[in-house]
Parts: sequence; structure tokens; C-alpha cells
Amino acid sequence: MKSQNSLAILTFVLMLVALYAIFIYAPTERTMGPIGEVQRIFYFHVSSNWTTFLATFFVFLNSILFLMRGTRELDIRAATAAELGTIFGAFGLISGTIWAKPIWGIWWTWDARLTSFFLLWLILIGYQMLRRVVDSPGQRARLSAVFGILAAVDVPIVYMANRWWRTQHPAPVIAGGAGSGLDRQMALTLCITMVAFTVLYFYLWKLRCELERTGDTVEALQRRLQTQGLEVR
Amino acid sequence: MTYLFAAYTIIWVVLFLYIFNLSKRQHKFHEQVTRLERLIENRKKS
Repeated sequence: MKSQNSLAILTFVLMLVALYAIFIYAPTERTMGPIGEVQRIFYFHVSSNWTTFLATFFVFLNSILFLMRGTRELDIRAATAAELGTIFGAFGLISGTIWAKPIWGIWWTWDARLTSFFLLWLILIGYQMLRRVVDSPGQRARLSAVFGILAAVDVPIVYMANRWWRTQHPAPVIAGGAGSGLDRQMALTLCITMVAFTVLYFYLWKLRCELERTGDTVEALQRRLQTQGLEVR
Repeated sequence: MTYLFAAYTIIWVVLFLYIFNLSKRQHKFHEQVTRLERLIENRKKS
């Protein structure tokens, strides 16, 4: 509980620093003209997408470990990571479409980067739907572990999409080769925001895992009472 | 500016609703655990 509170405080402070950097420290984008302020969406957009990748990696890792060891804790970790991946993925999609409207004049286009990311988001939703329809806990954990491993296959495709194909989505500004790059202040702001989102992710992950464990305790106590002949709801 | 405001507002609202929902569910579970433990304790005594 103490470490959870420390993480909550750290998340709060980092978010404040990130917001300061985004709205005050980072310069306004010049090439977008009078709507250059919209570029500030970029910091939350990239960080949300980064966190979605991180969550999918944890789904992948814990799913593999689950198939090897079969413990409930690993199943909890994978499932909660998938839920957070869906939430951060939604943030990425929402911020992306809101940025696209004033810049491209459209909310959405089916280019390789956008479509592959949307697919990743749908896979993460599918993962959770699967968990809801399978009743047997053991079977649910095994099936979702396999699904979780398959979900991770899409991550490198999303990452490489605007490197492999010509897309409406802007070319990569980080590790994008010759001519790419960010202004120093913008790069620092992006780094701070990504760190803040990473810490936020771990805070939410801890909260969500704890909730799942308490839910298990409730179920165990109910079963215990049922074996004693008492029906409890 | 409207788009910028909309993007950040939606993200923060969804995030706060999610955290609120998590803590509400956690609170409910804790109450259930306390109630069930008390029931088990009472059953042991009787």
C-alpha cells in the first residue's frame, strides 16, 4: 500500500511536470502555421501509443511465462496489461484523430500505420472478450495466453508501417533516418511525457492487479462458506 | 486550440473515470471480504 501511494505521488508530480513542459516549455510548431498549437497533442499521442506497446509487451511476456508455469498471478498480470493496453490505445486513437482533423482535414484514413494500430487495439479488445466468454478459469487463462502472444505480432508491424510503406501518417521523427529529428526542447518534452506515462502505466497496473487479487479472495471466501452449506452472494 | 483542448480533456476525463471505477470496485471488494470473514468467524463460534 505504501509503495502504491509513493507511485501515485510520483505519477502526479511527473504528470504536472509533463503538462508544464507540453504547454509552456515546448515551442510551438512553425510549419503548421496558425494551427501549430495542435502539434502539442503529439506528446500525449506518442506517449499513449508507447504505453500501448509496453502493455502489449507485458501481455506477451506474462502469457509466455503463464504457459510455462501456469500460475494465476501471471494470468492476472497479462489480463490487466491487456486492459491497460486497450485504454492507452484508445487514448492514442482519440488524440490521433483529433490531431488529424485540423491537419489533414479528415478524422481518419485507412493507411498502413493507422490500420495496423487500430488492428492492435481490436486484438486487445478481442482478448478481453475472450476472457468474458470462457467460463472455465484454467481454459480461459490458457486461451487468452495464446491470444496474448499472437497480439504481440502486430506491434513490430505498427512500428515499421510508416517505414515500410508510404503512409498519410507522418514519417517517424525518432530513429527515422536522414532528415528526421525533433527540436531539442520538443525532444525533452516528449521524453518527460513518455516517462510520466510509463510510471502512470505501472501505477494503474498495480492498482488493477490488486483489484483482481482481492476479487480472488472474495471468491475463495464465498467458496469456503458454500462448502460449509451457506449460500453467500 | 479547440482540438487541443478536446484531446487533453477527453484523455483526462476517461483516465479519472477509470481510476474512480477501480477504487470504487476495490472498496466494494474490501467490504465483501470483511463481511465474509465475519460470517466465517461467526460460524466458527456457533
